[in-house]
Amino acid sequence: MKDFRSQVEGERPYLMRYASLQLRNRQAAEDAVQDTLVAALAGEAGFAGRSNLRTWLTGILKHKIIDAIRKSAREATLMPAGADLSEFDALFDDTGHWAQAPADWGNPDQALGQKQFFAALEECLARLPQKTSQAFLLREHMGLATGEICKELGVTSTHCWVLLYRARVALRECLEKNWFRK
Amino acid sequence: MMLTCKEVSRLASQGLDRRLGLGERARLRLHLAICDGCRNFRKQLAFLRQAVARLGDPDGR
Repeated sequence: MKDFRSQVEGERPYLMRYASLQLRNRQAAEDAVQDTLVAALAGEAGFAGRSNLRTWLTGILKHKIIDAIRKSAREATLMPAGADLSEFDALFDDTGHWAQAPADWGNPDQALGQKQFFAALEECLARLPQKTSQAFLLREHMGLATGEICKELGVTSTHCWVLLYRARVALRECLEKNWFRK
Repeated sequence: MMLTCKEVSRLASQGLDRRLGLGERARLRLHLAICDGCRNFRKQLAFLRQAVARLGDPDGR
C-alpha cells in the first residue's frame, strides 16, 4: 500500500528529532528510526488504524531507542564509578543550606501548554552529560524502573540515583534561569 | 538530627525512584514543614516528571 508507506515515511523527521534527543548521536538515531520504519511497514497489520500513526510509530521507536542505549552501554569502555557528589557543593553552603534556595514557580502547569516551554526543556536536556540525560529520560520519559535503567546503562543502583539526582538538579536550575525567571 | 537541605534534596530525588524508609520519610516531612526552598524543590521535581513524560507528545509538537 503506497499510501501507508508514504504516511509512515512522512513521520521520519519527527521520529529523528525524538530519537536524537535521547540518543545524542546522529548515526544511532538514524539507525533506530530506520529500524522503526522497517518494522512499521512489515507490521502494517498491527497498526490497522487503531491509534494515531505517530503514537504507534513512537511506541516502536521507544523500544529501538532502549535497544540502542543497551548496545552502546555494552560497547562503552568502563567508566569510573562517578558517584562523586562534590559538583553539588556550590549549590549548598557549609551548613548544607541552599546557597540560593529554589524559587516558587507559581503555577508551572501553564507551561505545559506552551510549545516554547518544551523547546527550552529540550535545550536544558541537551546540556546534560549524555549518560545523565539518558538515565533521566529512561526513568522519566520511558518510565523504566531504576533497577532496569542501571542494568541498561551498566551502572550500580547508587550510581543510578546519583545520575537521576544530578539530572533533576541541573534541569531545575536551567529551567528556573531560562524559563521561570524570564 | 535534623536533615540539611543538601540531604533533603537527595532524598526528595530518591523518593521518586525508590520507596523511602519510614524514618527517611518522617525526617523529610519534618524538614519540608519548615523549609520553603526544599518544598519548592520537591514540587519542581514532580513538575519535571510531568513535563518530561509529555516530551514529544504526538499532538502537535
